Amino acid sequence: MSTDVTAKTPAPAPPGRSGPAQGLLQAVLDGLRRNMRQYGMLIALGLIVVLFAIWTDGDLLLPRNVSNLVLQNSYILILAIGMMLVIIAGHIDLSVGSLTAFVGAFAAVLTVQHGASWPVALVLCLLVGAVAGSVQGFLIAYLGIPSFIVTLAGMLLFRGLTEILLEGQTLGPFPDGLQKLGNGFLPETGPDTDYHNLTLLLGLVLIAAVVWQELRDRRRQQEFSLDVVPTRFFLLKLTALAAAILVLTLLLASYKGAPIVLIILGALVVGYGYVMRNAVFGRHIYAIGGNLPAAKLSGVKDKKVTFLVFLNMGVLAALAGLVVAARLNAASPKAGVNFELEAIASSFIGGASMSGGVGTVLGAIIGGLVLGVLNNGMNLLSVGTDWQQVIKGLALLVAVGFDVWNKRKSGS
Amino acid sequence: MAGPVLEMRSIVKTFPGVRALSDVTLTVRRGEVHAICGENGAGKSTLMKVLSGVHPHGGYEGDILFEGEVCRFRDIRASEQRGIVIIHQELALVPHLSIAENLFLGNEHATRGLIDWRETLRHATELLRRVGLHDHPETRVADIGVGKQQLVEIAKALSKQVRLLILDEPTAALNDEDSGKLLDLILELKDQGITSIIISHKLNEIRKVADSVTIIRDGRSIETLDVKAPETTEERIIAGMVGRDLDHRFPERTPHHPEEGAAPALEIRGWTVHHPVDQQRRVVDDVSLHVRRGEIVGIAGLMGAGRTELAMSVFGRSYGRYAAGTVLKDGAEIRTRTVAEAVRHGIAYVTEDRKHYGLNLIDTVNRNVSLTALDKVAKRGVVDEHEERQVAEGFRKSMNIKAPTVFEPVGKLSGGNQQKVVLSKWIFAGPDVLILDEPTRGIDVGAKYEIYTVIDQLAAQGKAVVFISSELPELLGMCDRIYTMAAGRLTGEVPRAEATQEVLMRRMTKDTRDEEVTP
Repeated sequence: MSTDVTAKTPAPAPPGRSGPAQGLLQAVLDGLRRNMRQYGMLIALGLIVVLFAIWTDGDLLLPRNVSNLVLQNSYILILAIGMMLVIIAGHIDLSVGSLTAFVGAFAAVLTVQHGASWPVALVLCLLVGAVAGSVQGFLIAYLGIPSFIVTLAGMLLFRGLTEILLEGQTLGPFPDGLQKLGNGFLPETGPDTDYHNLTLLLGLVLIAAVVWQELRDRRRQQEFSLDVVPTRFFLLKLTALAAAILVLTLLLASYKGAPIVLIILGALVVGYGYVMRNAVFGRHIYAIGGNLPAAKLSGVKDKKVTFLVFLNMGVLAALAGLVVAARLNAASPKAGVNFELEAIASSFIGGASMSGGVGTVLGAIIGGLVLGVLNNGMNLLSVGTDWQQVIKGLALLVAVGFDVWNKRKSGS
Repeated sequence: MAGPVLEMRSIVKTFPGVRALSDVTLTVRRGEVHAICGENGAGKSTLMKVLSGVHPHGGYEGDILFEGEVCRFRDIRASEQRGIVIIHQELALVPHLSIAENLFLGNEHATRGLIDWRETLRHATELLRRVGLHDHPETRVADIGVGKQQLVEIAKALSKQVRLLILDEPTAALNDEDSGKLLDLILELKDQGITSIIISHKLNEIRKVADSVTIIRDGRSIETLDVKAPETTEERIIAGMVGRDLDHRFPERTPHHPEEGAAPALEIRGWTVHHPVDQQRRVVDDVSLHVRRGEIVGIAGLMGAGRTELAMSVFGRSYGRYAAGTVLKDGAEIRTRTVAEAVRHGIAYVTEDRKHYGLNLIDTVNRNVSLTALDKVAKRGVVDEHEERQVAEGFRKSMNIKAPTVFEPVGKLSGGNQQKVVLSKWIFAGPDVLILDEPTRGIDVGAKYEIYTVIDQLAAQGKAVVFISSELPELLGMCDRIYTMAAGRLTGEVPRAEATQEVLMRRMTKDTRDEEVTP
């Protein structure tokens, strides 16, 4: 056993600057620069929120509006999670908008026309999504048809099937249980405070969990004598995180409480984030997207992984379809139009790469929120949908342009 | 005899970390066919890229004189304007366009942006007649064979008023008949006054068409020989190519004495693979070989000999179309139809092309190291990042991978360190048999020594190592036995004691397609 000398040799100090204060500042700036992708978008999201809050005289951050914002964007965010996986794997899925409409229609036919109970409908709908996803996944993974083509066909096909299923009509209303998926809130218990008790409790538990997780991560890093952020800034980050959750909790708790779909979404983010970071399956998705030939030669079952990624997208699209239908309390042949594009835009704003192999679940959520806040804010300002589209298009260009510019700068 | 048409004087070309050309001088006389000969990586292709402007003026030292004038080419276009045309090994034709369209690509017969089809076809027909190709000019390039495609490339060169034609291993992908035709055409063009430079490994070809041959070794021009002179024998050329500098660049290792009784760790019998597209071509033809535990067995061969194709085909059918052959592990037949199966049977293949087939460059060191054997650091499908980091950290120390942390993206490491990551990844998979394909390609001398030491240790631990390399000194320094391959076939098996560079090179340059193999 030889001692490792190289690791402990301090890097030569850059000439012309010294002193701990400057070193600290330098470290923070370095850290920021290295994580430009993530922090950059988070900061942009913060700026957008602040700007719209000012422009709308605070209306954006009214409890009712925040609650609305969550309900309005939940299905895009659900789709964005699945889309992120698809894009990391180096593919694309154009069919999800039509698929959400189809699943909504299927749910309506089941419950409204055939009187199926809502749990049965829920399970069958998710199953339909899984089947649709696996058929597309099979064609892409095992027959080698490009995903763009397969899902473009799927987009047309599912849209057509939706109209056939609904005979061009809008079908509703849904049973209560299903409606809750789109519009429901956590039930209330306990003493009568001015706030929603369960939501408050949930928020506090969440803060505790986040703090514990961050502390554990930091301890691990120190254990391996890796560079850690200076204590002062670590505390700052922790406080900021806790404060953000607290504010959101208070906002929601002072209205009707946490929407049920937010809790589902939260579970999805945590679950998928964990899978992408820690599970073998997640690693394999990054590997095939990052360098397919190398992944194949490493024994990664690329076809199986691709198949599962599309199967998963189908299930999430079905879930989103249920949420949309429940929220509108009706299945419409025109539901879900352009959802696939919003989900794709969210992924790219959130740091995905066209060539695959890059991206995080959290990134997709941040990207989706940027679009969602833009939508909501512009609605409050009564900007027409014409200009909304223009501005969202520009936002996508700016975000990805910034990414490209930043990468080129750090690459040279 | 007329004066030189081309003079390249003391050309030096360095890439970051590597000196590709240290001092090359080349003189080509007007109207001759001049061959350039040397081992893989000697610098032949780099030299031609300097000449044709791919590596522009300013990026190298030395002078290029073409027809008596100093040339400073900024790009390929500039050299083509002077009449220097290079035909690369990888043909630069667009498969879905017609022969005529390819001939004038970028140089169309057009007025005000509209193509003049009449003139295009007339000119194409004329050019095709000159190269002896009788296909209709409107045939799609994808629909004609590689041999004819090569002729189209030459016709394209003729359309550019070529004065110096450079062919980079023109017959590497051709069968005998097409090779013969192509060589005849080169001689015909010579009669028409076109000077050619031909890069080739095949000594019989050089004897057939060339007037003189310049030998390049380790980035230096060694000598120029008159091919027609009686003293220029194949042995003479081989001696020039391999040189005689075998110094102590390898760890001391005691040669392996195989146990007679035990079955070899890996045995390949009658392995035959067809080209993935051109299914008439046997890229690997009836190859049988074996390697024992603790043994390092080399496979020597020149470009296109089929070594990588053999290895990748055995490793989960990752190349071409399998035609015949069996794989035995410790005497029992095994299936290696997929990479996962091969890995499960304890076989590892370390690719020659780490950037494309070995690493996910945008991912970190630790994740690259763990990828092939993620299950080893995972419980129920969940990766233990703690353990993964320790594994990667262990390799970073033991392999001396120079990276600030194991979280550094692999793309930011130097070539030698990337190679160590690929090796770590496969060592972590815990194989019994390692097939190493050019494990020291493109890395500096220090890192090479470290990798040799690792290979030596692996053999000492009882692993069977197959060592594919184009550098003969490396094979001689490391291997217990060396197989040679040429044109997809095994052309010899040489034990350490009898192996010299000359012996190997003779077998590597033997064209066995028209004679029987004598093992």
